[in-house]
Amino acid sequence: MHKLKLAALLAMMGMAAMAQAAPQNERVKVGMLSTLSGPGAGLGVDIRDGFNLGLKHLNGKLGGLPAEVIVADDQQNPDVAKQASEKLLKKDKVDFMTGIVFSNIMLAVGPSVFENKTFFVSANAGPSQLAGEQCNPYFFNVAWQNDNLHEAVGKYVAERGFRKVALLAPNYPGGTDAFAGFKRQYKGKVAEEILTKLGQLDYAAELAQLRASKPDALYIFLPGGMGINFIKQFVAAGLSRDIQLFAPGFSADEDIIKAVGAPMMGLFNSSQWAHDIDNPQNRKFVADFQKDYGRLPSLYASQGYDAALLMDAAVRDSKGKLDDKDAVKKALEAAKFQSVRGAFKFNHNHYPIQNYYLRVIGKDAQGRITNKTVGTVFTNHADAYASACKMK
Amino acid sequence: MTQLVLEQALNGLQFGLMLFLLAAGLTLVFGIMDMINLAHGSLYMVGAYIAASVAEQSGSFVLAVIVAVGATAIIGALLELAVLRRLYRRDHLSQVLATFALILVSNEAVRMIWGDQPVMLAMPEALSGPVEIGGFMYPAYRLLIVVVGVVAAASLYLLVAKTRLGMWVRAGASNREMAQAMGVDVRRLFTIVFAIGAALCALAGALLGPLLAVQVGMGESILILAFVVIVIGGIGSVRGALVGSLIVGVSDTLGRALLPTLLREIVPLEIAASLGPALASILIYLLMATILFWRPEGLFPARA
Repeated sequence: MHKLKLAALLAMMGMAAMAQAAPQNERVKVGMLSTLSGPGAGLGVDIRDGFNLGLKHLNGKLGGLPAEVIVADDQQNPDVAKQASEKLLKKDKVDFMTGIVFSNIMLAVGPSVFENKTFFVSANAGPSQLAGEQCNPYFFNVAWQNDNLHEAVGKYVAERGFRKVALLAPNYPGGTDAFAGFKRQYKGKVAEEILTKLGQLDYAAELAQLRASKPDALYIFLPGGMGINFIKQFVAAGLSRDIQLFAPGFSADEDIIKAVGAPMMGLFNSSQWAHDIDNPQNRKFVADFQKDYGRLPSLYASQGYDAALLMDAAVRDSKGKLDDKDAVKKALEAAKFQSVRGAFKFNHNHYPIQNYYLRVIGKDAQGRITNKTVGTVFTNHADAYASACKMK
Repeated sequence: MTQLVLEQALNGLQFGLMLFLLAAGLTLVFGIMDMINLAHGSLYMVGAYIAASVAEQSGSFVLAVIVAVGATAIIGALLELAVLRRLYRRDHLSQVLATFALILVSNEAVRMIWGDQPVMLAMPEALSGPVEIGGFMYPAYRLLIVVVGVVAAASLYLLVAKTRLGMWVRAGASNREMAQAMGVDVRRLFTIVFAIGAALCALAGALLGPLLAVQVGMGESILILAFVVIVIGGIGSVRGALVGSLIVGVSDTLGRALLPTLLREIVPLEIAASLGPALASILIYLLMATILFWRPEGLFPARA
C-alpha cells in the first residue's frame, strides 16, 4: 500500500516537473558580475546603475517577466570573478550574465559561462579574442570591440598631423587591443610604447621616460583610477605644456572628469555614445539618470542601460522560453531595442556595427565641465576581427 | 639625459623616504618589543582615510595631514593598550595570527565607514604643477614629499640619538631585560613607540594619498616592502631602516624604468612589460638575500 502511495506521489511529481519543463519561464534571473571595489569600481558602479535604470524604465520586468538581478563584485581579480561566476551559474542558475568591465576577467570567466550555455551580454569588456576565432554563440557585446574607440582616436590623431606619438596602456588584453586599434589607423612614427601594470597608480617612472623621449602627442588608455592618477600626475609634471594628450572615451568620461576637473579641458576623445546625442530615448536616459543618481551618466552607464534593453528584447522575442537557447540567440541577434546611442545592430560575431563620435571636453551652457560631441569619425563601423569568426 | 637620470633618482628617493616612514615604526616595534605587527599597514590606510575625510570637510591639506597624524597616533596607542599589549609574551605565530585578524577587522571597518570605492584626496592646488630649477622640471608635490620625508627622518634620528626617550628606545632595542632592570618603564615606552610608529604611518598615508588612491587594502602591498626594508637594514635600527628604504626605493624605481626598456631590445613588448617589473622585484629580494648572506643581522644590527 505504502509502495503504491509512493509510486502515485512520484508520478504526480513527475507530471508536475513535466508541467514546469514546459517552455514559458516565470521570471528572469540576471547575474551582474562587475568591478565594484578598488580603483576600477567607478566603471562597474556606472554599468550597474545604468542597468538598474534600464530595468526601472521597464517596470522591473524583462520581456514582461519579473526580473531578479543578483549583484556580485569581482574585485578586479580573475580568481574572485571565477568563483563568483560559478555561484551565479550553478547555485543561482541565472539566465543571463553581464557586468564584467575588464577583458582579462572576461577571458577568465568566459569559458565556464559558455560551457554552461548561459548568455553573456557584455556591457563593456570586448576582447579581440572573443571577436575573432574564439567568437561564441553565447557571447554578445552590446558596447563595442576593444579596438574600436582606439581606432577612432588613431584616425583623428593622424588627420591632425601628429607625427611622433607615444602610447601608454596597462599590460592586459584590453591594453594590447588598444595599441592594435590605435596603430590600425595611425601609421606615423610611434615614439614609444609603454605597457604598465594593470591597476598601477604611480606613474613617476613612466612620466620621466616620456619627458626624455619627447613625443609631440601621447595617447593613453587608462580606465578608472589609473586614468585619474595619470592625468593629474601628467599635469603636475609639467608635461601637458609640450605633449598633446589624447584618449578614448574610457579615459575621458564623467568618472575621470569629476576627479580631475579643469586640466581635462580641451581633451579630444572618442565614444560610441555621448550624453548630448539627440534622440528621445537618450534624452530620457540622461535626464532620469541625473535625477536618480545625481550625476551625469558615463558611456559605461549607457552600456549598462542598453544591456538591460537588449535582454528585455531577447526575452520578449523568444516569448519567455529561455530554455530554448536557439530562440534566445536569434532574438539577441535581432537586437530589437532602441539604443540610447541611436542606430545599433550586431555583426555576425555578435559585436556591434555602429557609429563612433569625436568628443571634446569643455564647459557646457550650465558651466559644467563635460563632453561635447563635435563630429563623427566612423559610420557603421565594424571590428577588424569579424572575418576570422566562423559563426554564421 | 641628466634630466632623466636625476628625475628617476628623485623618484626613487621619494618612494624610498615614504617606505622609510612605514619601516621606521615597524622596525622599532619589531626590534624593541620583539613583536611582529602585520597590522602596521592598516594604520597607514586609516591615516590616509582620515586625511581624505578631513581634507574634504575642511578643504585644507595641511590640517588634514596634522589631524591624520594626531588621530592615528591616538588610535595606535589605544590599539597597543587594548590588544597588542597582551601579545608580547606570546610566540610570533600568535602575534602574526592576531595582527592578521586586525587587518581583516580594520579593512571591514573602513569599508563600513567609507565604502568600497576609493576615496579621493586632492593635492593642494598650489603644488599641482611642476617646479623648474635651471631647466630641470620636477612635480612640486613630489618635491614636497621628499622634503617632508627628509625632515621626518632627521627628526626621528635626533629623537632616537639625542633625547632621553631615544636612549630608552635604544636600550630597549639592544637588551630589553637589562633596560627594564635599570628602571626604564618599558610598558609606557612601548605605548609611546607604538604611537610614534602609527603617526609616521599616517604621515606616509596622507602624503601618498594624492599620488595613489585611498582604498581598502592599500596597506598590505606596501607592508611587504617595509618588511624587506627592515630585514635589509637590521631589525630595530632606525638608521638601517633609512638605508634599507633608500636601497629598495631606488632599485625598485630604476628596475621599473630601465629594465623594460632594456628587455625590449631582446623580447616583444608585452613580455618585456611583464618581465621588467617582475625582474625588478626579484632584484629587491636578491639584494635582500645577498645582504643576509654577508650580514645575517642586516646592515646595521641594533643588538651589537
